[in-house]
Amino acid sequence: MSLTYVREQMVPAQPPPVSTAGVVGWMRKNLFATPFDTIMTIIGIAFLIWAVPPIYGFIAPNFLGGDAVAPGGTVEDCRAAGAGACWAYISARMSFFIYGFYPPAEYWRPNLVFFLGAVLIVPLLWPAAPFKRTNAVLFFVVYPVVCYYLLNGGVFGMRRVPTEQWGGLLVTLIISLVGIICSIPIGILLALGRQSKLPIIRTLSVMFIELWRAVPLITVLFMASIMLPLFMPQGTTVDKLLRALVGVTLFSSAYLAEVVRGGLQALPRGQYEAASSLGLSYWKSMAFIILPQALKHVIPGIVNSFIALFKDTSLVSIVGIFDLLNTVQAASSDINWSSPTQAVTGYLFAAFMFWIFCFAMSRYSIWMERRLDTGHKG
Amino acid sequence: MSEVSETTIDRRIDTSHMKVSDTEVAIDIVGMHKWFGDFHVLRDINLRVMKGERIVIAGPSGSGKSTLIRCINRLEEHQQGDIVVNGVELTNDLKRIDEVRCEVGMVFQHFNLFPHLTIVQNLTLAPIWVRGTPKAEAEATAMHYLERVKIPEQAHKFPGQLSGGQQQRVAIARSLCMHPKIMLFDEPTSALDPEMVKEVLEVMISLAEEGMTMICVTHEMGFARQVANRVIFMDQGQIIEQNDPENFFSNPQHERTRLFLSQILH
Repeated sequence: MSLTYVREQMVPAQPPPVSTAGVVGWMRKNLFATPFDTIMTIIGIAFLIWAVPPIYGFIAPNFLGGDAVAPGGTVEDCRAAGAGACWAYISARMSFFIYGFYPPAEYWRPNLVFFLGAVLIVPLLWPAAPFKRTNAVLFFVVYPVVCYYLLNGGVFGMRRVPTEQWGGLLVTLIISLVGIICSIPIGILLALGRQSKLPIIRTLSVMFIELWRAVPLITVLFMASIMLPLFMPQGTTVDKLLRALVGVTLFSSAYLAEVVRGGLQALPRGQYEAASSLGLSYWKSMAFIILPQALKHVIPGIVNSFIALFKDTSLVSIVGIFDLLNTVQAASSDINWSSPTQAVTGYLFAAFMFWIFCFAMSRYSIWMERRLDTGHKG
Repeated sequence: MSEVSETTIDRRIDTSHMKVSDTEVAIDIVGMHKWFGDFHVLRDINLRVMKGERIVIAGPSGSGKSTLIRCINRLEEHQQGDIVVNGVELTNDLKRIDEVRCEVGMVFQHFNLFPHLTIVQNLTLAPIWVRGTPKAEAEATAMHYLERVKIPEQAHKFPGQLSGGQQQRVAIARSLCMHPKIMLFDEPTSALDPEMVKEVLEVMISLAEEGMTMICVTHEMGFARQVANRVIFMDQGQIIEQNDPENFFSNPQHERTRLFLSQILH
């Protein structure tokens, strides 16, 4: 056999065989690669055929081929035999789901709060937007104050609306936004405290974190709304919503502290040493070197905590605060709209609302993670 | 000891600025001891470094050489004895420690660049936030030093996009941006591919030529021969022997030094 070889004719590029490209190739590779895959594919298709049409029929309104009653329908339509979801009921009670018992004449106030919030938060979350510093000051400092006076009233001739009358999506968003925004700095400080060399700070941080993590949120809320007033001096009261806000915030910051600690521990010691050797003080090296990297590593964990927090806000209903889920539940006993599907439709609506916000947070975090990736591991 | 190499730089070293001061003390270590838990890692260290000295510390792994230079900028705390750096004594006073660290640059084995910042941001961060240098001025200084280490074109990349040798040169430039009086090198070439060692050593030699006070923990015996004015040999946390490179390599006195040299030199 000769060891020398010289190519005499070049091979031109050819299209791949039909069986590996296009739709057929994709199906072969992904659906029918092995007998087991084939069986799983058939079972999956059978399940979809069994499950999708009834669900679609229940939630799609008449004009889309389903049995549901579209907004504008009457309660009689919903009571008819075989009727699907009663969307007419949702649209009729929508203002209750959004504002709770807020006086209808004053709806412009929460609306303005929603509008200002959207206007400020979108450019804040969008990295390319200009005036970040002004934007941040407006959102984190000015906006909460404006919101408080707008919603609570009592100034500029606005009627006072006590927090007992706030409700629905408004309260859900207030609790979760305040919880998320306030728990970030507290959580970071607790995580740093837990790593501190000073024994007192470390012990206090550990105690705080372990105490709050070991107690169910329901217990925290009960304590805040029932036990706390017993210890307060006669005549002084702290607003129920405020108590829930503080409870949720501290609860969430304990969890967040542990997530952030994971990020801090994942950083190589060399980063701390390099920062120190350049003469950076503790707080400067934390601010410029350590935290930016640590937080980036734990974005999925942080967002996970926020999603959990957002859903946990529904627990405030047990201390009598009318958040979104509680308004849905309260409305389901509305006899004007009583029908076989009334409650189910309400819960579907609530689930959908929660899902929209949680899904948005999840997608945003994935996008942010990709953006912050500078192509290396720390 | 396969990690020991003898990379030689084929050029004459310009010694015109390499002057060791007779009067100005850069670092003074007197009767220093350090323990890691129960382990007595540094024992009775006495070392006076004059301004302009170029010292190479050699020794087997675990002999305490890295720990010794990490004590000089207080990355490690010593438990007994005194360390005075540029006239400032190292105590628990955080302000003094930061003062010392501003004047003492350190280069690490694993570079330790900040991966989330661009090269230029890596170089300007400390001057801006520690020294209070205006941003434009800090950036001009950064570019000056990047040109000196011959990679100005990498200024706006991230560390992860650079080779090991380039990263180490950036790390040296980062220290130089603080205009340190003393440079500490902790095995700066040990984590590099052989062909990149040379480019880093070149930078270190040019620093020496400018009269920088340097302490290098390194296995580069060629560098020690060419640049150092003093070689220190350590074992078991103690300084066993020190001498000028000529005599250190040709005429080692202590038995342990002879054994060490016979193993690394062929």
